[in-house]
Amino acid sequence: MREKRLQLIISFESTAHAMAVEEYCMGNGLPGRLIPVPKEITAGCGLAWKADITQKDELLKAFARENIEYDGVYELMI
Amino acid sequence: MIYLDNAATTMMKPPCMVDAVTKALTTMGNASRGAHETSLSASRVIFHARKTIAELFNCKRTDHVIFTSNATEALNIAIRGAIKPDSHVITTVLEHNSVLRPLYLMEKEKGISLSFVNCDDKGNVDAADFENLIDDKTSAIVCTHASNLTGNVVDVKKVGEIANRHGLLFIVDASQTAGVLPIDMEDMNIDILCFTGHKGLMGPQGTGGMCIREGVEVETFKCGGSGVHSYDKEQPRDYPTRLEAGTLNSHGIVGLSASVGFIKETGVENIKAREEMLALRFYNGIKNIDGIKIYSDVEAATHTGVVAINIKDYDSGAVADTLATDYGIAVRAGAHCAPKMHEALGTVVQGAVRFSFSYYSKEEEADAAIAAVREIANE
Repeated sequence: MREKRLQLIISFESTAHAMAVEEYCMGNGLPGRLIPVPKEITAGCGLAWKADITQKDELLKAFARENIEYDGVYELMI
Repeated sequence: MIYLDNAATTMMKPPCMVDAVTKALTTMGNASRGAHETSLSASRVIFHARKTIAELFNCKRTDHVIFTSNATEALNIAIRGAIKPDSHVITTVLEHNSVLRPLYLMEKEKGISLSFVNCDDKGNVDAADFENLIDDKTSAIVCTHASNLTGNVVDVKKVGEIANRHGLLFIVDASQTAGVLPIDMEDMNIDILCFTGHKGLMGPQGTGGMCIREGVEVETFKCGGSGVHSYDKEQPRDYPTRLEAGTLNSHGIVGLSASVGFIKETGVENIKAREEMLALRFYNGIKNIDGIKIYSDVEAATHTGVVAINIKDYDSGAVADTLATDYGIAVRAGAHCAPKMHEALGTVVQGAVRFSFSYYSKEEEADAAIAAVREIANE
């Protein structure tokens, strides 16, 4: 497997919420992409948003401003 | 063939819808079942479909747009999953069996009681009559937006105001009106809007759904794979997953999404105006023919593209058969899954011949139907 590094992972309750995040981020030039939910996160949607750890504040502020729903926010070595 | 059975299903579809389905059939993976590109692209188009439908009906929550196989399934889920046992429910004589039978089942299994709003001699219901039937046990109003038999429209905004004032759940069957008449869930106070994809929305058969207002609880009716929370023993509670176990009809939903896009571009008001114009043209052409009985209130301020008639005492099935074989005109005859409407109109034995126009119907097709009806009536 490839070398692991600390990443920001955001989980979702449903695929619809994951899709809303992807659409918003792609449409607004925000970083990240959808990945299969890592094993460290047991609950939630089968998809998770992965971004660089340095983007955490920017993403969470945007989600709060736009009322975008997500489940959990994690910092994981993946 | 002249196809005038669009209230059963629209046969002419927007080319963009057909193209979208064709493309999906060779490229699409399973939505919510992976993070590889084919699954993600399926998830994206399903999400886009929810969004475009939410916008069309002004449903505030994209994730409260639930896909079902048709309006019947949506109505079953809504009626059986949201109406309180042992309560009183108000509905109308205009309803289709997709409303009536789930309500009768709730009567038998869950102890609900039913009251019906009657229609006047033109086949219209007065919204004020709903209020007169409300009692202490009333919990819900379930009503169609327009009769599938006559095309007469119910003033759901007024009914919604009454439901809202009395704290009642308001379920609307938009089978005949989605894509044909403007629908605004917020403005009309609709709690659950049930729709089919293959009629006025001009999508593929096997598509449909329901839009649920925020805060309205509809219980799970089937459980299974959801792509999320795989180790939970129960179906996840979040919408849409709560009501969507198993693989969706994604190929169909892509088509529905494309046809809804076409409708939004064209404008529901323009579609409405065209269907009303065609129905009125046909109505004006036949109304003075001797022996014609018209059941639709086509001259009402709002009407769908449906005109139901009979010719003399002729069996409606025989008239439809003559139209099909001698004139190449496809219409629907007999009973139209709306038993109480037929009782109210006195057409239980004879049935009725239903002509129904779509956005794609042509003026000359209406004229050909007029000529055919005139000839049959003169025989």
